[in-house]
Amino acid sequence: MLEETALVNVHREMGGKLVDFGGWNMPLHYGSQIEEHNWVRSDAGMFDVSHMTVVDIADAGEVNGEANNGARVFLRYLLANDVDKLKLDGKALYSGMLNTEGGVIDDLIVYKMAFGYRLVVNCATREKDLAWINKQAQAYAVTVSERPEMAMIAVQGPNARAKVHQLLNAEAIESLAIFQGAFLNKAERSDWFVARTGYTGEDGYEIMLPQAQAEGFWRELRAAGVAPCGLGARDTLRLEAGMNLYGHEMDEQTSPLVANMGWTVAWNPEDRDFIGRAVLEAEKAVGVSHKLVGLVLTERGVLREGQQVTLANGKASANDTDALETGVITSGTFSPTLGYSIALARVPVSFSGEVCVQVRNKLLPVALVKPCFVRNGQKVF
Amino acid sequence: MSEIRPELKYLTSHEWARLETDGTVTIGITDHAQEALGDVVFVETPEVGSTVNVGEETGVVESVKAASDIFSPVTGEVIAVNQLLEDEPETVNSSPFDDGWFFKVKPSDLSELEAALSAEDYKAAIEEE
Repeated sequence: MLEETALVNVHREMGGKLVDFGGWNMPLHYGSQIEEHNWVRSDAGMFDVSHMTVVDIADAGEVNGEANNGARVFLRYLLANDVDKLKLDGKALYSGMLNTEGGVIDDLIVYKMAFGYRLVVNCATREKDLAWINKQAQAYAVTVSERPEMAMIAVQGPNARAKVHQLLNAEAIESLAIFQGAFLNKAERSDWFVARTGYTGEDGYEIMLPQAQAEGFWRELRAAGVAPCGLGARDTLRLEAGMNLYGHEMDEQTSPLVANMGWTVAWNPEDRDFIGRAVLEAEKAVGVSHKLVGLVLTERGVLREGQQVTLANGKASANDTDALETGVITSGTFSPTLGYSIALARVPVSFSGEVCVQVRNKLLPVALVKPCFVRNGQKVF
Repeated sequence: MSEIRPELKYLTSHEWARLETDGTVTIGITDHAQEALGDVVFVETPEVGSTVNVGEETGVVESVKAASDIFSPVTGEVIAVNQLLEDEPETVNSSPFDDGWFFKVKPSDLSELEAALSAEDYKAAIEEE
């Protein structure tokens, strides 16, 4: 039996093709994935992302009449990025949650809240994430509360914010910076949390709201000209934007340093210990063996996850052992914005310039680029 | 429910075949197949003049989601391929049985076509999937 979000009926009504997505009955598309993708790049689209898991971490009680800071101290140990970078309530940070071997248990967004912090983690990793967080939290004065009663709607695209402002308390949200959120502070919608975040490479909001109000708001957005978009388009959009997807670009056997997440590891202050730090420091000292890159195939064909990446024509490089090394595509697709195929791949650090990918029965030359292809509707490599 | 045309022959791998009045056979993929694949972005057809063999892969259709091999229901010489699909592969989604055809074959043994599924049998086959 699949789990369903508060929006499942309206997805059906709007023509959504529902599929099993990590145990949830979610819309893959509403007719054409490419059209939905293009709506987000050119105007505004909306995604039901209620399957994602919201977890609040709050300080437990007070010590001598003052907040005990338990949540802050706990998250500075739990996460590779440092929540002390968050100076204001509502500010957000992207981080990996690592195991003791430095592998990635999950990637997440953490918001600083008045009560402590709010985490948004992946749906497929929900159970192991909660088990890990709860286990680690035992040594800290915190409460860990999942918030399954909340729905989440992402509204993304160049016109997304303007369309949301027509419907919600614009005053409370229009001045939000990127990676910042706020409560609406408006009577019947006071508990809606609106954040200027997303997973598409476009501007927009991710809105957490009570399930009971989700369908009504979805219909209001539709009436305001926001197109319903499925998780298929969400994947091509995030891949064009060069954003990682858990279980593809990284997992528990992959270090954040080889998954283009080095920028999310806060090395300073040096005396902050976090789970996985010792292993990452050793890896950094020796130098990483692999890196995450972008691949571009302008010929006909589509790069797919699992395909092998080799040096061009199999020629030996300056270092003979490199000739035997291969990389692998971690995510690949056709890019609707560019009109040809792109991929993210994990390859040996020595790879550069032109490489080859075994696509079905052909060895095709592909260009190796930085792992980001499209931002704000424009090609960026 | 996807469309199935009664006058066509089918393969379980979701190709359709139409025997034309001039004795040639036109091949494409079914409405059910295009729906399962989603947006088609590339179609690779066999070359005109080449020979295709029944049961062998003769091309590939790639959607945003997946790649799928194309099989020919008959052995014979390829006499035409659909040039439209080069620039407008989405025609496979919008018109799988008409404008979205893949290639035409001059069959060397028409009895092979008789061995393919009838519309009724194909309907039963996709209902079992």
